[in-house]
Amino acid sequence: MSRPKVKSWDEPKNVDAYPVGATCDSDHLVSINAGWRSVRPVIDQEKCIMCLRCFLVCPDGVIDKAGDQLVIDYDYCKGCGVCAHECRPKCIEMVKEDK
Amino acid sequence: MKKFICGNDAVAEGVRLSKPHVISAYPITPQTIAVERLSEMVEDGSLKAEYMHVESEHSALAAAMGVSSVGARAFTATSSQGLLYMAECLPYASGARMPIVMMNANRALATPWNIYGDQMDSMFLLNSGWIQVYVEDAQEALDMMIQAYKIAEHDEVLAPVMVNLDGFVLTHTYELVDIPTHESVDAFLPPINMTKQVMRVEDPKSLCISAGNDFNFEFKIKQEKDLQASRKIINEVDKEFGEAFGRFYNGLIDTYMCDDAEVILVTTGSVTGTARIVVDKLRAENKKVGVLKLRYLRPFPSDEIRDVVKSCSRIGVVDKNISFGYEGTIYTNVNSSLLSMEKAPESINFIGGLGGRDITKNDLEDAFNKLLSQESIEKVHYMNVRCEL
Amino acid sequence: MKHNAKNITNEEFFYGHKACGGCGESLAVRLAMKVLGERTFAALPAGCMSAVSFIYPNMAFTNNAIITPFASTGAVASGIAAGLKALGIDAPTVGFAGDGGTADIGLQALSGAIDRNDDIIYICNDNEAYMNTGIQKSGLTPYGTKTTTSPAGKNLPGSITMKKNMFEIVAAHDIAYAATASVGYLEDFMAKVQKAKDTKGTSYIHVFAPCPTGWGHESNVTIDLAKQAVDSGLWYLAEYENGEFKLNRNPKEFASVEDYLKVQSRFKHLKEHDIEIIKAHRDKKWEKMRKYWL
Repeated sequence: MSRPKVKSWDEPKNVDAYPVGATCDSDHLVSINAGWRSVRPVIDQEKCIMCLRCFLVCPDGVIDKAGDQLVIDYDYCKGCGVCAHECRPKCIEMVKEDK
Repeated sequence: MKKFICGNDAVAEGVRLSKPHVISAYPITPQTIAVERLSEMVEDGSLKAEYMHVESEHSALAAAMGVSSVGARAFTATSSQGLLYMAECLPYASGARMPIVMMNANRALATPWNIYGDQMDSMFLLNSGWIQVYVEDAQEALDMMIQAYKIAEHDEVLAPVMVNLDGFVLTHTYELVDIPTHESVDAFLPPINMTKQVMRVEDPKSLCISAGNDFNFEFKIKQEKDLQASRKIINEVDKEFGEAFGRFYNGLIDTYMCDDAEVILVTTGSVTGTARIVVDKLRAENKKVGVLKLRYLRPFPSDEIRDVVKSCSRIGVVDKNISFGYEGTIYTNVNSSLLSMEKAPESINFIGGLGGRDITKNDLEDAFNKLLSQESIEKVHYMNVRCEL
Repeated sequence: MKHNAKNITNEEFFYGHKACGGCGESLAVRLAMKVLGERTFAALPAGCMSAVSFIYPNMAFTNNAIITPFASTGAVASGIAAGLKALGIDAPTVGFAGDGGTADIGLQALSGAIDRNDDIIYICNDNEAYMNTGIQKSGLTPYGTKTTTSPAGKNLPGSITMKKNMFEIVAAHDIAYAATASVGYLEDFMAKVQKAKDTKGTSYIHVFAPCPTGWGHESNVTIDLAKQAVDSGLWYLAEYENGEFKLNRNPKEFASVEDYLKVQSRFKHLKEHDIEIIKAHRDKKWEKMRKYWL
């Protein structure tokens, strides 16, 4: 997958183990963003014409276009709805998150 | 090779020999000659560096941070108003552990406006996490530019260094300075080689990140630990420099005639030179006096101070600055290191030199005589004031 | 080769950040990074983008990235470019700054960078206020905007000044390349980022990016609004290249300004009189652009 994935990370055990400087490795995600949303986008793959507009407009880049079908990374989707709004065939539905 | 040059020239020569990759400096009296010389050296090819004409001091240090962030060697220079303009960048660079070397021409702060030398400017930035060294003469200025890079870039230090020269008194006065060869400096100061806190294509990093109330404290403690540990490196580098170039500066402090001194004057910068001459004169009159030169104010040489003053009855601390509402800043710093002594000497503050007011041999002789006198004396004295207080 | 959804890389360089859902600025950064590539060194000042992507231990950039002091995007980026050049490293340097970090506090450093023709790309993400600190008025806040420091009430219609003309300020430096863009026209934006990447010297892109939180609109209409701003003439797509201005898009008829304004709570208070002022200002600008930039 060409998207950064959440890593497991243990905090430094002592002061000396902290990074030198105000530094951290890039591509270093230790938590996911999924808890934010109240709705999630669901793609109707039958209706989807793979125009890739949703992939383009997603502010968070969670739609992966690598495969035959688009895949949404729900770890980092915030449920903003831009994809559904911009989808021309209207095949993305914003579905309520079940609690 | 010996040349008759001024303090600013000496800084430029030291920087040239240290081979920075990028120079980003904004002109301000009395540092201008240093940056002018550097531009001439870039023009004639004797210094192969990018010379950025930055549009302000804040951008000068910000650009130097950009340079340093990718592992290149940076240099900048400023003074007074410029130092305070770039002030927010100082803790920025030290927190980021960037080994930037900056020359500061100590100069008075407005208002009133004054372009002459005193130490008000650098005192403001004592808390910034930068190593601060104060040089006594042009030779030391040249030598410290080279040492500064070696200290700053040392794997166990990684801290920016401010090299302070007294404005005009040192920046603009001429003396015979030995300029080492490129080969000898190259042997002492290797090319910069940063990996831990820099951005590289092969090892992408995020720099100057945020840390919340959950982690910030630990980052800062680590920074402090490492700055304290730099004392050892400072002394080692000084020793190595002495072995390579024949000039030792004795590390964090230097002393003159302190071993059996009854009273000691504590100085920084060029006034030390005047003090040495006064000491010679008074010693010839059998007065047991000495000079303690604080070369570094950060890290602060508290152990060294205690060791030197342990047997004297009084010390006088010369401050070319005032911390308004209190006293001279170096005085406060020195006093706090005396606190843990069983029998600390009495400590007196001699404030002078503000706005470029001369501190003369007579002023220092007066100071010594006050210290030697049996009467009780006031804690804070102003030297060479032209009217009634 | 024009960048589009099909041919742009699938790889994400700016991911997992804590920006608000529907953030226009984060989309601009995301797509710019795809055009510029993994070797890019990115500099960001204080602002939303830096605030949401560098919170230890979560780092959202996969490439090299650094937060700069607020005033210093132009200076730090220039320093990075100079350092890379001195080290013989070939990689793009980009600065992403907000409207406040560009037109107000960052203006001096940007001006200096252009003056030196430093080889950097500077992208101004314009969401028309200091959003990260809580929606305060900036030099790029348009007339009649309710912000937390320019409240709308009995006496004032919100902010009373027009946007600073950053594009023309930058062009007046005779910059190597400058462009205006919008996240409502993404292919155009990506093409301009590519042009900036290919330009030797300083280039500047001013990208209009709605902010659901600060503008008070639904998070899903971000792209829509960015398009409407251009279609209604309140924003324009233009370039400055080889010393000449060029208007990229000249609508025959403007889309409705009222429709654009009314869905944003920052403009809810506007009276007809204010909207007339807004339209008049737009018309005056377009008259000039149509005369000289076509």
